[in-house]
Amino acid sequence: MIFRTFEKQELKKLFEILAAHNRIIGPVETGRDRDGRPVYAFADVTDYDDVELKYSITKLPAKRFFLPFKEDLSTFRIENDTWQKEISYNVDRPLIFFGLHPCDINALNKLDKVLLHSVYPMPYYAAKRENMFIVGMDCIPQPYCFCRSMGSDTALHGFDMFITDLGSRYFVEILSNTAFNFLKNIKTSEPGEDDHVLYMKVVAKRNNEFTRHVDTTDLTKILDMEFQSEVWKEWGDKCLSCGTCSSVCPTCYCYGVDETVDIDLKGARKTKMLHSCNLIDFAEVAGGHNFRPGRENRLKYRYYHKHRGFVEAFEESLCVGCGRCGESCLADITVPEVIDSIRGSGRNK
Amino acid sequence: MNPELKFTDVAAELYAPQKRKDDLKGFEYTYRAEITSIYPLTEMETLYRIQVVDPEERRRFAFTPGQFLMLEMPGIGEAPFSISSSPSIHGEVELCIRKVGNLTNFLPRVKRGTHVGIRGPFGTGFPMQNMHGQNVLLIAGGLGLVPLRSPIAYVMENRSHFRDVNIIYGTKNPSQLLFTYQYEIWRKDDIDIEIIVEKADKSWKGPSGLITDPLEDILSGRDSEYYHNTYAIVCGPPVMFKFVCNMLNEFHIPMQKMFVSLERRMHCGMGKCCRCNVGSTYTCLTGPVFDYWTVMNLKEAI
Ligand SMILES: Cc1cc2nc3c(=O)[nH]c(=O)nc-3n(C[C@H](O)[C@H](O)[C@H](O)COP(=O)(O)OP(=O)(O)OC[C@H]3O[C@@H](n4cnc5c(N)ncnc54)[C@H](O)[C@@H]3O)c2cc1C
Ligand code: SF4
Ligand code: SF4
Ligand code: FES
Repeated sequence: MIFRTFEKQELKKLFEILAAHNRIIGPVETGRDRDGRPVYAFADVTDYDDVELKYSITKLPAKRFFLPFKEDLSTFRIENDTWQKEISYNVDRPLIFFGLHPCDINALNKLDKVLLHSVYPMPYYAAKRENMFIVGMDCIPQPYCFCRSMGSDTALHGFDMFITDLGSRYFVEILSNTAFNFLKNIKTSEPGEDDHVLYMKVVAKRNNEFTRHVDTTDLTKILDMEFQSEVWKEWGDKCLSCGTCSSVCPTCYCYGVDETVDIDLKGARKTKMLHSCNLIDFAEVAGGHNFRPGRENRLKYRYYHKHRGFVEAFEESLCVGCGRCGESCLADITVPEVIDSIRGSGRNK
Repeated sequence: MNPELKFTDVAAELYAPQKRKDDLKGFEYTYRAEITSIYPLTEMETLYRIQVVDPEERRRFAFTPGQFLMLEMPGIGEAPFSISSSPSIHGEVELCIRKVGNLTNFLPRVKRGTHVGIRGPFGTGFPMQNMHGQNVLLIAGGLGLVPLRSPIAYVMENRSHFRDVNIIYGTKNPSQLLFTYQYEIWRKDDIDIEIIVEKADKSWKGPSGLITDPLEDILSGRDSEYYHNTYAIVCGPPVMFKFVCNMLNEFHIPMQKMFVSLERRMHCGMGKCCRCNVGSTYTCLTGPVFDYWTVMNLKEAI
């Protein structure tokens, strides 16, 4: 690992050099919520002053840039009884992500496991993922995030460079050759022992700021044991089956596929659209049978996939603890509360 | 039961892992295929014979009984269907399709010669070679006979490798019976076949009742030597599995010799869309064929 430090004004320089040649996605403020707090989103940025490096969290994850809500898997030209299939992975240039937090970087690492590193890797994702340059940025823990419990409070890989604010200057961890070369454009220096001490102090301070925790010990077993628990029914009764939790989740990737004929009847397209396991038709099959007819079945399933199925396959859960789903849920259903209640349900009986 | 552990020979061919595609271009690759024959079976079901167009691709397109493919009609839809024909024929498959929605209602209206796309084959199959030297029970309810026609074809082509073979097939009423013209051919190959319908009509001369009735008759006349050396394959609607599997279990058919083929919603066939999730896994990758031990360990499987 290679580390450097640089003066704060150098970051603007770096941004401007990169922005002159590349499309950059970064956190910007898009408005205020009803309590007057800023609302952030990942968007195209060309002016460094628009980038909100001290952002809390974005409402939506960056996933629309690599798992768009809707994209064509293929298009067809129809000719009498036959057709020609054309495939595009829907990406034509690299993207720079400027200021991703560790949770969102870890979300990408988790998606990589299933979408890149398992059987039948997905080219639509791979093509976009291979064209990302990621500048990570440390975050300010929020009351709803429990990333530390999920082991996602720091990112070990999955970025090109990662910036930590030491107060007076920036500390940067460099993981890729590309990042190393980019940094040659600005003034950086070898960190000294005092920088190391300061870095560790900053990290320790941040570690103490995480307030929300969730106990995941033995969770895979507990989810199996408490599969029939009444607690699921209670959460199911609250859930609106709206699917918001999945759309704001940086790790939810489930989808459906639809085909349509173009209006001129000469073409057709096959379109992939992100779905949510909380939506009623998720597991409905021909003949009208629904494998998960109740809201509690579907809600339970979302937890079961993230904290049981994915763990079985990849030794880690499919949740980075960003807290977005809980913050956006109109029924106030939060991951820590659901998991706590499942753990508790055995004890009360 | 025999308490002695069996030796597993990892050098044996049967132990070899299944090949899986891992190249990026394979993901959305479709074989261009031609519908060569359209054969109506009942009011609801039609049998299609489909042939891969490119001769080289045709030679390569091989599958194991129990696997499925994704059939695509550009602009209309894409859906999973069980392959319902002999695995020894490469590049040509038979699919028996029930009319239930967009794609399946469109297909009966196309002409012979129309081109469709196929992807696959996907999923796990029945381990036919492990069954050599054993008795086989093939149990189907309703549309479940469709995936069974592939192992039936295998058994017929390799009849000398199998001991007793029984097909037990049930539907709601006689008009829903599929492949009625084949029963005699199967019987001639020394395959015992029991047909039962839930609701008989005037024309029906056979027995009526539940599929577990003939199954119980077959099983109760046998001894433990039979039970320990019998494989069972069960395909049918969700409600059927529990009753049939419980009965097989009561007679101590070994759990790892009982296979079911599960149906779930599928939008990719490659472990990506998650629609087919069952318990902690995917029906399209670890299934659709599961042994009963696995099924018992999967939540909401049957
Ligand atoms: C492994 C497997 C093997 C199958 N084998 C056969 C077979 O041999 N013969 C046969 O007739 N059918 C089979 N099916 C069911 C078949 O896939 C559905 O009938 C088909 O998807 C319906 O497509 P459609 O476009 O006509 O329906 P749509 O218009 O898409 O939908 C109609 C209804 O079907 C349901 N549906 C949609 N997609 C699926 C899906 N992928 N699976 C199940 N239901 C769905 C919807 O909930 C809806 O209620 C199999 C399914 C699986 C998973
Ligand atoms: S948990 Fe909340 S956000 Fe998710 S579907 Fe239910 S009500 Fe909607
Ligand atoms: S499940 Fe909720 S907390 Fe976990 S990663 Fe998704 S949005 Fe964040
Ligand atoms: S069909 Fe998409 S994951 Fe199985």
